[in-house]
Amino acid sequence: MMRTMKTALTLAALLAAGTAQAQVNCGVTSGRVNIVGNEFPAIKTVAANAAKCQTGTLTVKSNLTSTHQRINLPGMQGNPAEYTAAIIATSSIVALMNENVIRPLDALVAADGKDIPKNQLITIDGKVMAVAFMANAQHLVYRKDILSQVGAEPPKTYEDMIRIGKQIRERGILKHPIGGAYKSGWALGEEFVNMYTGYGADFFKPGTAEVAINNPRGIAALNTMKALTELMHPDFLTHDNNETNAEWKSGNLAMMNMWGSRTGVLMVKEGNDPKVAENTMVGAPMTVGGGKIPATTLWWDGWTVARNISDEDARATFLALKNGISPSILNDETMGQAVWMIAGYKPAPVNQGVMQTMAMGAKPYPMLPYMGLLHTALGEGIAPFLQGRKDAETTLADIEKAYTTAAKEKGFLK
Amino acid sequence: MKHATFLRFFLPTATAMLLFIALPIVSVLIQSVHAPHDRVVVEVENCTPFGCTKSTVIDQAATERLREEKPQGRFVGLDIYRDRSHLAFSEIGEAWNQATGAGDFFARLMNLPFYRALVFTLTYMVFVTPLSILLGFVVALAVNAIPRLFRGPVIFFSLLPMIVTPLIGALILFWMVDSRGIIGAAVQWLANDPNLSLKASTTLTWIMLIVYGTWSTAPFAFVVYYAGLQTVPQDSLESAMLDGATRWHRIRYIVLPHLMPLTVFMFLIKIMDNFRVFEPIVSFNAAAHAQSLSYFIYSDLGGETRLLSSAAATSVLTIAGVLVLLSPVLVRTWRQFGKA
Repeated sequence: MMRTMKTALTLAALLAAGTAQAQVNCGVTSGRVNIVGNEFPAIKTVAANAAKCQTGTLTVKSNLTSTHQRINLPGMQGNPAEYTAAIIATSSIVALMNENVIRPLDALVAADGKDIPKNQLITIDGKVMAVAFMANAQHLVYRKDILSQVGAEPPKTYEDMIRIGKQIRERGILKHPIGGAYKSGWALGEEFVNMYTGYGADFFKPGTAEVAINNPRGIAALNTMKALTELMHPDFLTHDNNETNAEWKSGNLAMMNMWGSRTGVLMVKEGNDPKVAENTMVGAPMTVGGGKIPATTLWWDGWTVARNISDEDARATFLALKNGISPSILNDETMGQAVWMIAGYKPAPVNQGVMQTMAMGAKPYPMLPYMGLLHTALGEGIAPFLQGRKDAETTLADIEKAYTTAAKEKGFLK
Repeated sequence: MKHATFLRFFLPTATAMLLFIALPIVSVLIQSVHAPHDRVVVEVENCTPFGCTKSTVIDQAATERLREEKPQGRFVGLDIYRDRSHLAFSEIGEAWNQATGAGDFFARLMNLPFYRALVFTLTYMVFVTPLSILLGFVVALAVNAIPRLFRGPVIFFSLLPMIVTPLIGALILFWMVDSRGIIGAAVQWLANDPNLSLKASTTLTWIMLIVYGTWSTAPFAFVVYYAGLQTVPQDSLESAMLDGATRWHRIRYIVLPHLMPLTVFMFLIKIMDNFRVFEPIVSFNAAAHAQSLSYFIYSDLGGETRLLSSAAATSVLTIAGVLVLLSPVLVRTWRQFGKA
């Protein structure tokens, strides 16, 4: 019995290895493809499938790392660029656009990509600049067993979440029932962007780089965040996504706002406390302050092609990555890795959070050339308010000043 | 040594220093008085899988023309140094005029990122420099007093904090001081306060960083002092013992004066190092409580949109800070050796 199983496993492994190396006809036989991007399962799948186009004269390499944002721009500024493609998301495409290192894909789409669905094409000023392949968003994750212990439905609003959190604490079930990636820096900035979006206000005066967050809605967003942190572990300013997920796995949390792409690992039974894993559920994102739009932002992940490379390499890159996101990459293993925008995708239960985020009409993260500067200023500036060192209005005024200083240096403001 | 021989001997070092130290500093200086061109922003329509929205992008053609005219960027003089993220002269003037008293002025000053970071940087330096040197000296004296047989292993263990990669060493401590970690839980028990968290309190975070800084840099002082102790003249020590000097007297009147040049040297190195404190802040996730000048450089260069000029200006200010701090020692050294 054991032996047969081993043989079967070996055979399966061999078969898998065989398919991984199997060559696919991608319609191109020569050129240089080098992909830089973030590292998580869905992106690994795309890069691995792009690599199947490799032939003797066509090289396909990839460098997937969580620090991709530090290397993609320098790696594309040379001529010829080291990276012929970058896998990016809603916010990180802006940094590449700002420095003019990625090329419009219209000609390539017209010649070789007519079969890519229109909704996957990211067009900026009428030019196709990227091809999206998956969606991501933060949404509610909750513990079914704990909510039913206090007789509560999954929260639909942040006000509900705070109320239920207080009940859980009062009943002595958990001391710090709410979790969130509130680590000072990018994560904390992102939480403000979510909350402020939920209150339905604009970050900038329309059409300008002048920041406009110091208003009653900005103050309300900060106060809601503070109310949430009072139900969080006191170390919340040091908790990023990984730390928050670790707290969740330890069974210390009952509700949190978490990325769809990071929820799957919490629901598998292997390696997790079965009681926690079985009761982990995803829900729609929450609204706040009576608003209709959820207090979260939608993100897409997609790929771009470098400007400073030969047209031949650009075509090879385009075709290899097109193969990387073709419907044929979807199988039992890859299906649940993300909310794919690829034909033939069937959402798994874990993907319901992101699907509902889209259905509720959540706003995409603002794709503005100066949004990154505001995000940095928010990430550095909100902590003093949450620590009780500054009031909300001064906090927002100081963040506006920090942003304005940076935007002046970058030439966005005079 | 003849001047010509000396020159030939020194030339390779001088060339390397010029190429890899002096020129980059000049380039940073130039960078800090320039900023990117004004960006020509135009409104366009963006379409994503989630629908189309009005948005703005940079007009690349117009920006490219500006860039070709002046590849260095626009000259802004000392504007970057004067802005709110750096020396913030106009904000200080405003605070001075509006403040109701010294305390209020100080509070307003602490609201400016540069000065807040400077206070932490100086506090860290003032505590860690003498503490780590003192600790290193005490360990060196202790090791020197134990039988030779045990010295090898003891030296190895004393050097561990320096052998362990700083980021890893700090990360292990970071887990230990977590409120669920061994040190964090012990502090809660000692203070009899179950909600106490080292990482949530600014004062405790500062103390933690200072303790970590002392622990991780003491081995350097230990190694230098231990080597120094081997050169203390034995006959002076023996004659002092014959005269009835206690161990404390021998350390105070023979060992310490003998090691004085080493101490000055270590103060120089440590002041420079500690003024550029950076790693502990990153590995302890302490940015919400403590920021240093080096951390600002890291944060300027790490965002999605890089602030090169701002980072360059902070670098220059850091170099200026080190020079100011070291000037008393440098002047003394110059007087001692420059005249010879």
